[in-house]
Amino acid sequence: MTKRQKRLTLVLGVLAGVAIATGLILNAFRDAMVFFVTPSEVMAMTEMPERKFRIGGLVEAGSVVRDQQTVQVTFRVTDTAVSVPVTFEGILPDLFREGQGVVAEGRIDSQGVFHADKVLARHDEEYMPAEAQAAIERAGHPPGAGKGY
Amino acid sequence: MSSRRIPWLTFAAPRNFHLLVQVLVPWLAGVAVLLAIAGLYTGFFVAPPDYQQGNSYRIMFIHVPAAWMGMFLYLLMAMYAVIHLVWRIRLADVMARSLAPTGALMTFMALWTGALWGAPTWGTYWVWDARLTSTLILLFLYLGYMALRATVDDRESGGRAASLLALVGAINVPIIYFSVEWWHTLHQGMSVTLTSAPTMAPSMFAALLLMTGACWLYCAAITLRRAQVQVLEDEADAQWVRDLLQPPTAESARTAEDPAGTIREEGHS
Repeated sequence: MTKRQKRLTLVLGVLAGVAIATGLILNAFRDAMVFFVTPSEVMAMTEMPERKFRIGGLVEAGSVVRDQQTVQVTFRVTDTAVSVPVTFEGILPDLFREGQGVVAEGRIDSQGVFHADKVLARHDEEYMPAEAQAAIERAGHPPGAGKGY
Repeated sequence: MSSRRIPWLTFAAPRNFHLLVQVLVPWLAGVAVLLAIAGLYTGFFVAPPDYQQGNSYRIMFIHVPAAWMGMFLYLLMAMYAVIHLVWRIRLADVMARSLAPTGALMTFMALWTGALWGAPTWGTYWVWDARLTSTLILLFLYLGYMALRATVDDRESGGRAASLLALVGAINVPIIYFSVEWWHTLHQGMSVTLTSAPTMAPSMFAALLLMTGACWLYCAAITLRRAQVQVLEDEADAQWVRDLLQPPTAESARTAEDPAGTIREEGHS
């Protein structure tokens, strides 16, 4: 082995070692790496967490109910399999729409109602002009359905 | 055949590198400007508003190229760091250190435009999700690399330590890239991948590609120029650099009256 080959082996060894270590760390902390949990994951929990957490999915179509007197709003977050009722008091982001992605931060009560104190809109990776979207709707394939969370 | 060798290292020689950069940079910068004009025009006037976001999505024409370049330049920097560590080629180290400020700038732009895009769409400037956090780490890696170079007085050992940091930090780039697939993030998934059609209107994609080309060429031009200046500084005592500053004439070659040149030659002996 020449000196150069030794250095190359060393460099590749360092890279492989760091890659494996990083992989193990990320795997160990994979629950902490997610920004939100889906309704199905919430339902799979054996006991509801006391602490704050974030729930993410799509705003179920037809589920948004706004209180006429206050800024109270209730809606359901769905991952198309399971949905969780959410109640929130405050200003919603502009992109908050039925059928679109949403992430709510707050606590879940014993009745399984999620009390959010922060609601963020989540948009998907599809960009298109309004006419194209209208054409897709006419064809019966709403964008974002089954994706975007 | 065995005696014929590919001249891999022709442009690792300082003088050849200088001459190459001298030719390349005006072209790279010129085409970058043309692509940027075409890209901005397409992005602002040809591409239609998005059906959900209206006009605010247009910030992606800066945001996405900046984020791509931030990641790409880091991988390039790490590659030069490996060449420097293993083959001890000085110019590779010069290239790596010349890439760092531009990479940091691109990463900062990606974070900044991302915050400006996040406010009207998500409803927040910043969250600690995997994509945003790993991109912030990328910025810190660039800054750490530059700081390490600046604090160690001995350039050779400082350069090696910094090269090692660049190499180790390269692990972060695939984490950034795949973060939106590996974990639930607030950041949306990938619109443009190598394996499938982009999930956006063709005119939007055209603007994105033009701006990416502009960004790419700008980064190439500025990095090569920075490396060129470094090479000239390092080689300030070499005859070819002195010839550049004062082209040799028949007269000056004979009399050699330049006092500055005399001092430098004394320093050498």
